[in-house]
Amino acid sequence: MRQRSLMAMTAALTAGTLALTACGSRDEGNGGTAEGGETTVVIAVDAPLTGDLSALGLGIKNSADLAVRQANEKKYVPGVTFKFEALDDQAQPSSGQQNATKLVADKDVLGVVGPLNSSVAESMQKVFDDAKLVQISPANTNPALTQGPEWNGGTKTRTYKSYFRTATTDAIQGPFAAQYIFNKAKKTKAFIIDDKKTYGAGLAGTFTTEFEKLGGKVVGTEHVNPDTKDFSAVVTKVKNSGADIVYYGGEYPAGGPLSKQIKDAGAKIPVAGGDALYSAEYIKLAGAASNGDIATSVGAPIETLDSAKEFIANYDKAGFKEAYEAYGGYSYDSAWAIIEGVKKVVEDNGGKLPEDARAKVVEAVQTVSFDGVSGKVSFDEFGDTTNKQLTVYSVENGAHKPVESGTFN
Amino acid sequence: MHELPQQLVNGVLLGSMYGLVAIGYTMVYGIVQLINFAHGEIFMTGGFGALTVWLILPNGTTMWLALPLMLVGAVVVATTIAIGAERFAYRPLRGAPRLAPLITAIGLSLALQQAVWAWYPEAKSARTFPQIPGGPFHIGSVTIQTGDIFLIAAAPLCMAILAFFVMRTRTGRGMQATAQDRDTAKLMGVNTDRIIVVAFALGAAFAAVGAVAYGLKYGVVEYKMGFLLGLKAFTAAVLGGIGNIYGAMLGGLVLGIAETMATAYIADIPGMQQLGGQSWADVWAFVLLIVVLLVRPQGLLGERVADRA
Repeated sequence: MRQRSLMAMTAALTAGTLALTACGSRDEGNGGTAEGGETTVVIAVDAPLTGDLSALGLGIKNSADLAVRQANEKKYVPGVTFKFEALDDQAQPSSGQQNATKLVADKDVLGVVGPLNSSVAESMQKVFDDAKLVQISPANTNPALTQGPEWNGGTKTRTYKSYFRTATTDAIQGPFAAQYIFNKAKKTKAFIIDDKKTYGAGLAGTFTTEFEKLGGKVVGTEHVNPDTKDFSAVVTKVKNSGADIVYYGGEYPAGGPLSKQIKDAGAKIPVAGGDALYSAEYIKLAGAASNGDIATSVGAPIETLDSAKEFIANYDKAGFKEAYEAYGGYSYDSAWAIIEGVKKVVEDNGGKLPEDARAKVVEAVQTVSFDGVSGKVSFDEFGDTTNKQLTVYSVENGAHKPVESGTFN
Repeated sequence: MHELPQQLVNGVLLGSMYGLVAIGYTMVYGIVQLINFAHGEIFMTGGFGALTVWLILPNGTTMWLALPLMLVGAVVVATTIAIGAERFAYRPLRGAPRLAPLITAIGLSLALQQAVWAWYPEAKSARTFPQIPGGPFHIGSVTIQTGDIFLIAAAPLCMAILAFFVMRTRTGRGMQATAQDRDTAKLMGVNTDRIIVVAFALGAAFAAVGAVAYGLKYGVVEYKMGFLLGLKAFTAAVLGGIGNIYGAMLGGLVLGIAETMATAYIADIPGMQQLGGQSWADVWAFVLLIVVLLVRPQGLLGERVADRA
């Protein structure tokens, strides 16, 4: 009996080892060679594909996938076939870091698009930077990610050379919202709520500073736990504070119910927030009473740009089940920035990938400049996008309608 | 202080929901000394049971007709799963050391959560729950939403039914006997296996009512809604004295009011600005729990061995 179990164990171990070697052989070598002498380059996506924020995450995934498909279709980089891989971070920093480690270990991966959450990005940046693997986020808006923790004190320093983003930062988004709300919407008394996450607290902070500078009054502040659904105590405080606007620094899974509960309590106070409220899911959760709620988002509304018509048509044609959502265009541009980078590296090296392809791609991405879906795609010395366009959306009849678009100055 | 009445109502509503779920923890613990950590997920499946009924009903059905049917759907789904869990997960471990069923409960909790996540259509993010039209209602300075009316009516009603059942019916007295001494109860002719099933089913039924109230109040049900609420309900059960059904309800109310009050007023105490607000409410709720357990280790209403049920 004992011998038999020993045999079974040995067999299992052998099988396991064989499987592992099989995996290992695929990962070895710089830029695996597929049949026909084509080099395979993997462009990966890390985003929340499940859970509360999956609507935004799946939009990112599909759009980057589309970019990769198109690059292959056009044979954009001769001799290189792009492969697409998507990992789910469930909006958790710990999962994000695991994914980052996994991607770094796969030598075929030359670029990563994502993540959605600034807090997840924080956990990934060092892993990617150590491996010199380029990462372009279509959605991170926290300024510290590119400009260092002291960005607000005047000393901007770039910590990670491999991190870029196509989204505008909250250093611009918060004040942009404050200007619109104070000057155009004529709201002067704000109640500020945030979810204490990297993104939410940062956004609420930059909004508050600008709002007070303009002469607005902050009548109350509150920090919520985004995992609960019961905001009744907070709502009562908001209702009695005399506020005429609520600014929520946070994401739609808590923002939607918060808006619903404020209106249900009989307080007709609009809720305003950043790009993480700019989702159809927000309106679904907030219900019919969300009319008049405000969200700012990065860039100009994709639908109005000529450069985006082709993207939208191709996206529809590709038959994705989910909508491209707020960050679709930016993910598409992020993926293309990596593709452009790879193209430059390959061309500079006489049509082949060099030994240190990853480091070269990072350098190449720093200098890319092309017309993308969201406008001109290029990066400044911190890795931030040079496109500082923002748009204010207001909820009307169950959909976000662009109200005003502009650059902050 | 002018918002005090409203905040009290907020606390009582939140607490009633905790109480409804806490009953399930306390009854099962009272009879088999098992902390059924899957109870939060049974609560969650109740919510999805109600949602399923709503989705099956033809479009445009009025809430007055739909609500009772949804309630039935919630109770049927939750009790079925609870009875199944008892039969196939806990009963085989009846004689095992206490740790075994506890770990089983945690495993079952994860399994149920993931099953709903994976197989219920579009349940990977929150699903919207139908709402009762009309309202809100104003009584003096207090505003009550339509969805809350259900909770206000259901919680005391459930409590009364449970008290009557445990005190007056034959099965209820059997439950008390089993709780006091399972072996002696068996010798006296009580079918203890059946009693245990009834305890699981009753707890699940109340959790299902709580889940419908949750959906009506917050407008959504989601696969992970049972985790945090289950944890809070368990806390409420311990606070009130685990094993005591009135304690569960009282514990729920105390916890709900404590959380609400902490959110509303801690920040106004001079020097406590940093420790106030909703994100600190859980901390204060647990501080209260620790203080209560230091003074009364058996919980507010005590675990009086003689008549726990």
